[in-house]
Amino acid sequence: MTQVNRLPGGLVDRSEEVKFQFNDKWMRGYPGDTLASALMANGQLLVGRSFKYHRPRGVFTAGSEEPNALVQLRRRAEQEPNTRATMIELFEGLYATSQNHRGSLEFDLLAINDFFAPFLSAGFYYKTFMWPKAFWEKLYEPIIRSAAGLGRLSMKEDPDSYDKGFLHCDLLVIGAGPAGLAAALTAGRSGARVILADEDFRPGGRLNAETLELGGMAGHAWAEEAVKELAEMDNVRLMSRTTVYGAYDHGIYGVLERCTDHLRDSNGKPRQILWRIYSKRAVLAAGATERPIAFGNNDRPGILLAGAMRAYANRYAVAPGKQIAVFTNNDDGWRTAADLYAKGVEITTVVDSRDKPALLNIPGARHFGGQAVMDTVGRAGMKSIQLTNGQVIPCDGLAVSGGWNPNVHLTCHQRGRPEWREDLCAFVPGSDLPPGMVVAGAANGAMTLAAALSEGAVKASAQLEDLGIKPKGGEMPQAEDEPRDCAAFWHVKQSKNRAWVDLQNDVTVKDVKLANTEGFRSVELLKRYTTMGMATDQGKTSNIAGLAILAEEAGKTIPEVGTTIFRPPYTPVPLGALAGRARGKDFRPYRLTPSHKWTEENGASFVTVGNWLRAEWYTQPGEKGWRDSVDREVLQTRKSVGICDVTTLGKIDIQGKDAGAFLDMVYANTFSTLKVGRVRYGLMLREDGICYDDGTTARMGEDHYVMTTTTANAVLVFRRMEFVRQCLCPDMDVHLISTTDGWAQFAVAGPKSRDLLRKVIDRDHDISNDAFPFMACGHVTVCGGTPARLFRISFSGELAFEIAVPARYGNSMMAVLNEAGKEFDAVPYGTEALGVMRIEKGHCTGNELNGQTTAHNIGLGKMVSQKKACIGNVLSQRPEMIREDAVRLVGFRPVDRSRKLIAGSHFITKGDTASMANDQGWMTSVAYSPNLGYSIGLGFLKEGQNRMGEIVRAVSPIHNTEMEVEVVSPHFIDPEGERLRG
Amino acid sequence: MRYSGFRVLKEGLTGNKGWTKAWREPEPRPDYDIVIIGGGGHGLSTAFYLAKEFGITNVAVLEKGWLGSGNIGRNTTIIRSNYMLPGNEPFYEFSMKLWENLEQETNYNSMVSQRSILNLYHTDGQRDAYVRRANAMLLAGADAELADAKQLRQELPFLDYDNARFPIKGGLYQRRGGTARHDAVAWGYARGADSRGVDIIQNCEVTGFQIENGTCTGVETSRGAIRAKKVAMCVAGSSGRVAAMAGMRLPIESHVLQAFVSEGLKPVLPGVITFGAGHFYVSQSDKGGLVFGGDIDGYNSYAQRGNLPVVEDVCEGGMAIMPMIGRARLLRSWGGVMDMSMDGSPFIDKTHIDGLYFNGGWCYGGFKATPASGFCYAHLLAKDEPHPTATQMRLDRFMTGNMIDEKGSGNQPNLH
Amino acid sequence: MIIDHPLLGPRDAAEFVYLGDASLIDRPDWQAPDAMEKFHAYGYLRDNPAGEHQELWYHEQGDRSWLVVTRDTVTHTITKVELARDVARGKTKARGRGK
Repeated sequence: MTQVNRLPGGLVDRSEEVKFQFNDKWMRGYPGDTLASALMANGQLLVGRSFKYHRPRGVFTAGSEEPNALVQLRRRAEQEPNTRATMIELFEGLYATSQNHRGSLEFDLLAINDFFAPFLSAGFYYKTFMWPKAFWEKLYEPIIRSAAGLGRLSMKEDPDSYDKGFLHCDLLVIGAGPAGLAAALTAGRSGARVILADEDFRPGGRLNAETLELGGMAGHAWAEEAVKELAEMDNVRLMSRTTVYGAYDHGIYGVLERCTDHLRDSNGKPRQILWRIYSKRAVLAAGATERPIAFGNNDRPGILLAGAMRAYANRYAVAPGKQIAVFTNNDDGWRTAADLYAKGVEITTVVDSRDKPALLNIPGARHFGGQAVMDTVGRAGMKSIQLTNGQVIPCDGLAVSGGWNPNVHLTCHQRGRPEWREDLCAFVPGSDLPPGMVVAGAANGAMTLAAALSEGAVKASAQLEDLGIKPKGGEMPQAEDEPRDCAAFWHVKQSKNRAWVDLQNDVTVKDVKLANTEGFRSVELLKRYTTMGMATDQGKTSNIAGLAILAEEAGKTIPEVGTTIFRPPYTPVPLGALAGRARGKDFRPYRLTPSHKWTEENGASFVTVGNWLRAEWYTQPGEKGWRDSVDREVLQTRKSVGICDVTTLGKIDIQGKDAGAFLDMVYANTFSTLKVGRVRYGLMLREDGICYDDGTTARMGEDHYVMTTTTANAVLVFRRMEFVRQCLCPDMDVHLISTTDGWAQFAVAGPKSRDLLRKVIDRDHDISNDAFPFMACGHVTVCGGTPARLFRISFSGELAFEIAVPARYGNSMMAVLNEAGKEFDAVPYGTEALGVMRIEKGHCTGNELNGQTTAHNIGLGKMVSQKKACIGNVLSQRPEMIREDAVRLVGFRPVDRSRKLIAGSHFITKGDTASMANDQGWMTSVAYSPNLGYSIGLGFLKEGQNRMGEIVRAVSPIHNTEMEVEVVSPHFIDPEGERLRG
Repeated sequence: MRYSGFRVLKEGLTGNKGWTKAWREPEPRPDYDIVIIGGGGHGLSTAFYLAKEFGITNVAVLEKGWLGSGNIGRNTTIIRSNYMLPGNEPFYEFSMKLWENLEQETNYNSMVSQRSILNLYHTDGQRDAYVRRANAMLLAGADAELADAKQLRQELPFLDYDNARFPIKGGLYQRRGGTARHDAVAWGYARGADSRGVDIIQNCEVTGFQIENGTCTGVETSRGAIRAKKVAMCVAGSSGRVAAMAGMRLPIESHVLQAFVSEGLKPVLPGVITFGAGHFYVSQSDKGGLVFGGDIDGYNSYAQRGNLPVVEDVCEGGMAIMPMIGRARLLRSWGGVMDMSMDGSPFIDKTHIDGLYFNGGWCYGGFKATPASGFCYAHLLAKDEPHPTATQMRLDRFMTGNMIDEKGSGNQPNLH
Repeated sequence: MIIDHPLLGPRDAAEFVYLGDASLIDRPDWQAPDAMEKFHAYGYLRDNPAGEHQELWYHEQGDRSWLVVTRDTVTHTITKVELARDVARGKTKARGRGK
């Protein structure tokens, strides 16, 4: 038999065996085991190494508060570091390895740290490693970093998937122990919509770990019945393996359900689901966590919390040894002695810090009242304990109880502070609970079974009444009020050897005292200086003892010292679960243009523009690089005609009697005077007078305008316009709707654009220059009756139109335009060619209008009307924003025409040194102009308007280069604008 | 007491019995030359530099809670000087130079770790903006380096280059950037200021100002009135509340910023990495935790806690660029209250009340500024004129129109 | 957080976009002699209270209403939600009466 520590009974299923590996050694356990109980059953008490001193450590608890038994679960890309063995359900083929050691677990080379412990006291690193200066990054820090940390990531992409979901309920019950079950039964029987969430895989809480009875039934059997009853109710959702990890505003709880962690493979199912539960009310019945007592060498494998040892014996039918000693300061510790004895384990001793007669008669056990355990002997396991009276008692396991702390965590997530209860020697929830939450059972300090049951039912009833639901069925079975007397006892003063407070982070009583000596006297400073409570268990077993010792040292009471702040999550949550499905290509949705299919089929390469995918260029056979394609598209457009999908630009429909007045408010220039059938360029400011967006707005009818915005600002501009409409001009008769996705829009640009469009637009629409001049707009039909909107606007500087059709015709329209363009050798062009042509023409885009630019900077200061109310016109006139020597948008070309300009270069006046003090501006956009045959750029230059023809230095120290550039007009092509009017 | 490796050895051999208090716990005196309100990072560094650089030691730092309980006690520890605008970059570079000598100046190992900071870019437009910024940094005497995707692939093979929604095109490195142990920065300054005679008074809350004829002559506190020739507010996160006691309205909103730390892991990340197409930045602490954050929650709050949408948004950003962190676990989240200013930049200035000075508006970038903020504030307090690197951090800049708006987001604090 | 939309009922705050202090509704008169000072205060200075705060939220993932939400900035408790347009109209009317 390999399961040397297996006891009779328990809630494990002995009908089959489960094989698993720990550190590549095969072992056996049963369904119903955790990895911790199975390791214990197999006599594997040494499970891990501590953080700082690399001390050998074993299982310490039986729950999620575990500080010691952290393992790496699974392997390869599925490797999961820092997993609590106490929370891992055993499954066939489970593979786990120990972590945080160099060499084997048994012979960890870094255990040498333990010998140097005198030099590694709290905060020692703040006092040294300062000389020589450069050694920190090169030597000290790398050594510290590689020794620190715990488990290892696989460095491979997490292969599992995670889901997210939303649930709503009247009452959320957190914890399925006696109080939680009582609350859920009461609410369920009353017809309320209930969610019962519990982190364990077996509901029942401590009922599964105790031998207490309810109404004559074994506690775990009653829990099973209760769960069965709840499972049959349609209005109740039972969620096991589910941790409520955070209490957020307005009754919203963060919840993690582990769906496949107990299985060998997730088989394509989501590994975990991150729920948000919207609750009207909540009952927190999260129970309590036992705490240890600090004494010399209290960290050896085989030393467990007393309640945990009882759970292992009763529920999992294992014990860490054959001869067990118990050390307690309270009545509850005695139950461990009694329960283990009942399972046939020898109890050698019960040491009670209270000088009282034995609470229970444990045959064979010696009772020491008013004594304490001072030290222990052993290495990877226990050999004996030494008492304060000097007596040495052999044992191979020690159960320690320092009393129980109610799990107040969730009550504090909204900055509530817990209150000290002297009779329990513990903090209980304060009065400032998250709205909608009540606390029941041990979490509320109702420590006995009878009290927990009754409180669960009573608190749930009160919550139901609050919701207007009549409670019924709140009668709970008879149970006992077991003795729970406790006397504060935090650490054994007589201990000479190091006594651990925080097991995982290796914080000892001496460290706490040193922190106090050095002036770190607030509990927050203590935590930060010693790292107490900062490990993966967040100090669930250690914090209270630590602050009690601090209080003692500082001559304060425990409530005066107070706790650190409880923060979410209650137990750690995988980042993969928090991200859910939003990863990889699904990180954000794609928006596709209406012509995407045609574009894809015709050789386009795509670029991400916000969430949009746009064609950046179309590759033709024989083209060697993107520049070949872009140059061709530009040249052909300027020579004949090019076609570009511009649907991504924002489109806003503005209708109503006050539409013109509304636009006057929104734009810096005037639109109420625009004639029907005409388009105007509009400049929009923020209220602080900085340029916000630009575009064209067409007046389609007396009360109807159509605005275009930039792609990047489409959503933002619409939001601001709604703000103006609803908040600033609430009495105007005007309505807005975003039609960005409603209309597919195409630029048709180039000298042959009109000829091309004549083939597509139905003949009864006259688009000649006279009938449809530059900046005209109107309704037309295409392809025999399909409605369309036509705008004669030009971004390229050529004779150009934009034509819009309902989005569903967009792909066909792209095909039709290109087909019709064949006789003109029309080209489709992408964003790169668009960019080249707009730079050639001196138009601004996001590189220029980057949120820091005034109208004055781009030479449009006069466009900002001071004759009407409009957003931004007042603040745009602040003195620093209209300085004569402000930067102005100008064009640049290299003096040596063969050189390539660099966007992001800074300008320095010739003869000046290149420094920030001499900075004259920067290059915003550059392009190779195939029409001019050299590189051209736009940029902001101080007083640029007065410096035409000047040669300045464009420096780019990041490229270790600079070149001389000539200041020119930003309008490189057709500065008079003859082409677009043609 | 001077700290050194030798001292640690000696104390280790003699039972660590010789360590003394890192600072005194003085009672407040009735008057001082300068009273600094706020014992967070900036307040403590102001006191330190007042004493060290300007010889002014008759100074009290009043802290309503515990020393270092300002936002220096809860941040993501990044230091950098990768700014673009002339109003900012020289100041942050000055700060970086102070960081580089901090430990020697304070005799305290604040673990200043120049492990580099990398800002990823994902579009050509972002690249152009980073080139402009990198050049500004170099022109201001800082360091900067551009890396293309190929180089990053070699240096940081765990980033998602092949399956990303927003492909990584490159990044802007500042190799001198990195992290520091935030609490230790406060402790180093506190110890340094205290040893030079500054009174650091914890658990002393300012409850009002003594203002006579437009001149501030002292403060009321929970431990009695204290007179001072000069009173210096240094309470970012609480600026609105404290300034209101002097009748001031500020160009500041208080917002909550959440930050996160994972369980301890063996070394994964060499330096600081920021995502350019989502809200996520991350580094790894010397203890092994991934320290990360993202955007502010976005609504006015003094609650020091946030909500789930931002938690999930940040983790989505993380998984989007480094999907190998999926099985690491979030250990703790917290929220700090930020002074979000109207242009995303801070203030170090006199107020309209004689004798009353203001330092605040640090948004979520105050940590890296700790040394220079203290130095420049000390300069202002000592000489009544701004330090040359902080001339634009004026309270009246919105009246003149001289904003320092790095992001170009305008007068909406939650966008900065 | 949950915002109880006056037309649509309780909605997750994630559906909304936050702007800031509801005083942004009170836009100054651009023709006032001290318009610059007024716009400076309007655009830049905030009461920023720790406590009850009236603020603007926009239901972008919903009906595009701008709302005035009264919320405590310390506890996040919401006590009142109104349509911003109603609030703005009320103010216009009040101003009208004042004249």
